Amino acid sequence: MPCRSMAGHLPRQGTIFPAFPETGVVALPGFPVLAKPVPAGFPSPAADYYEDRLSLDEHLIEHKEATFFVRVQGHSMTGFGIHDGDLLVVDRALDPADRCVVIAVVDGSFTIKQLCRLPDGILLRSGAKGHRDILVSGDQELTVWGVVRWSIHRV
Amino acid sequence: MTLALIDANNFYVSCERVFNPKLEGRPVVVLSNNDGCAVARSNEVKALDVKMGTPWFQMRDLAAQHGIVAMSSNYALYADLSNRVMSILAQYSPEQEIYSIDECFLGLDGFSHLDLVEVGQQIRRQVRQWVGIPVCVGIAETKTLAKLANHCAKKNLAGSDGVCDFNRISPADLSQLFSIVEVGEIWGVGRQLTRKLADRGITTVEALRTADAKTLRREFSVVLERTVMELNGVACMELEEATPNKQQIMSSRSFGSYVYDLAPLKEAVASYIAIAAEKLRGQGSLAGMVQVYVRTNPHKDAPQYQRGLTIPMPDATDDTLRLTRAALWGLKRIYRPGYAYQKAGVALINLTDATNVQMGLFSTAKDNRKLMHVMDRINAIWGRGTLRSAAEGWKMKRERMSPCYTTNWGQVPVVG
Repeated sequence: MPCRSMAGHLPRQGTIFPAFPETGVVALPGFPVLAKPVPAGFPSPAADYYEDRLSLDEHLIEHKEATFFVRVQGHSMTGFGIHDGDLLVVDRALDPADRCVVIAVVDGSFTIKQLCRLPDGILLRSGAKGHRDILVSGDQELTVWGVVRWSIHRV
Repeated sequence: MTLALIDANNFYVSCERVFNPKLEGRPVVVLSNNDGCAVARSNEVKALDVKMGTPWFQMRDLAAQHGIVAMSSNYALYADLSNRVMSILAQYSPEQEIYSIDECFLGLDGFSHLDLVEVGQQIRRQVRQWVGIPVCVGIAETKTLAKLANHCAKKNLAGSDGVCDFNRISPADLSQLFSIVEVGEIWGVGRQLTRKLADRGITTVEALRTADAKTLRREFSVVLERTVMELNGVACMELEEATPNKQQIMSSRSFGSYVYDLAPLKEAVASYIAIAAEKLRGQGSLAGMVQVYVRTNPHKDAPQYQRGLTIPMPDATDDTLRLTRAALWGLKRIYRPGYAYQKAGVALINLTDATNVQMGLFSTAKDNRKLMHVMDRINAIWGRGTLRSAAEGWKMKRERMSPCYTTNWGQVPVVG
């Protein structure tokens, strides 16, 4: 909304504000000059010069509609730099490539594993000793829930 | 005109299954209030002949027998997954009308050079992979036919595999198909109308389609006449026009000149909500969800942007102020600077009857269903136990709600 002091002076909807007068454009220090008139109630000087502040969302998320967050429990993937309590950025839009880390569904439960393609099936490798790998033979069903793109670790 | 209707299969159940794969293949119902009426049923439950709206306590024996899992509605989750699905669908056509939380029309004019059934299969694959939600696609010349095609796709009629394009079926085969579909499956033909039509011997889609529209108009309504015309391929409803059974109220406008800033967009959206809320109160309804969208001019050679968002209300309301607040909250989230917006709009969806709720709140009637429904939604969105009844003898709802997996940091899925 325009600032309150203008409350009593708002133009009727649809009124076109005149552009800067032909005689000259006054450039206020620190404010960019409006390059073209904007027919609206209040000209925005920022339209041509806006730069987005850096956004983690944009950096970490490629397919917005297909990205979900998952919290890690346990130490089965420490070998991949994924630790207990980390937050994972999981993308369902990607087809799992060989050797990528995935969230898989095995016997109805979620598990984080590295997906390794073998000639006759798939090996779901864990990333730490004491945690078992899972071998999925060619005719068994494996559901990949999503591909892990990032692991966010609190320092 | 060619258009598609895409709708999710058992949407609430499907949402729960995305984060709980153990529910796949199992009979699942989603309940709506403390008495536990089924508002969504999986195919396994439908096969047990459980009707929509069946109270949970009535189903208990059946549930124990067949291992039916009951879950409370998780509106925050459903709204988020719905937004993702609609956002994906928006990429397939510049003309999108979001009809409800799990249904959407896409305009397909100008796409005739493509194999539309293949496009439909692509849509199904992408939505299934990206969000985990199974959908079916119906393609036809009118909205009413597209809805019917979607029904055929869902039931695997006419050899469809989740996608049914009526334009691909010969008129003779179409007549045959319509002869086996009940008239009650037609959009806008409810239970009462089905009975009245049956009295006149009209029990199938084909019977209605071939009936005399003018006579029906005299004896029923102009709405039914339009339905018959639509069944015959004459489009009476454009995309984004108000629908006959008022499941949603839309209000939108294309701007006379492009709008770039958030402030005028907020004013516009607030005014649309005011208009829509008035219509809402005028028909005695409450809105359970608000949708807001903005978009650039798809025909202009300039950067394109269009986005919509669905905001669930903690409880269904007709209060302009609360609906406006929700819509502006949504607008702030979809607005991106630097685009020339040509249009903004709102829709009030998930409408319920106002009078029942008022009676529920203030009456001493035994049936407190609506009140419970309202309290459920508040508890579902704002946290369990936000609202409790002080009345003696009213039992606290047992906890059946899944976590807010995608809208609450403390409730994201945990995987080992």
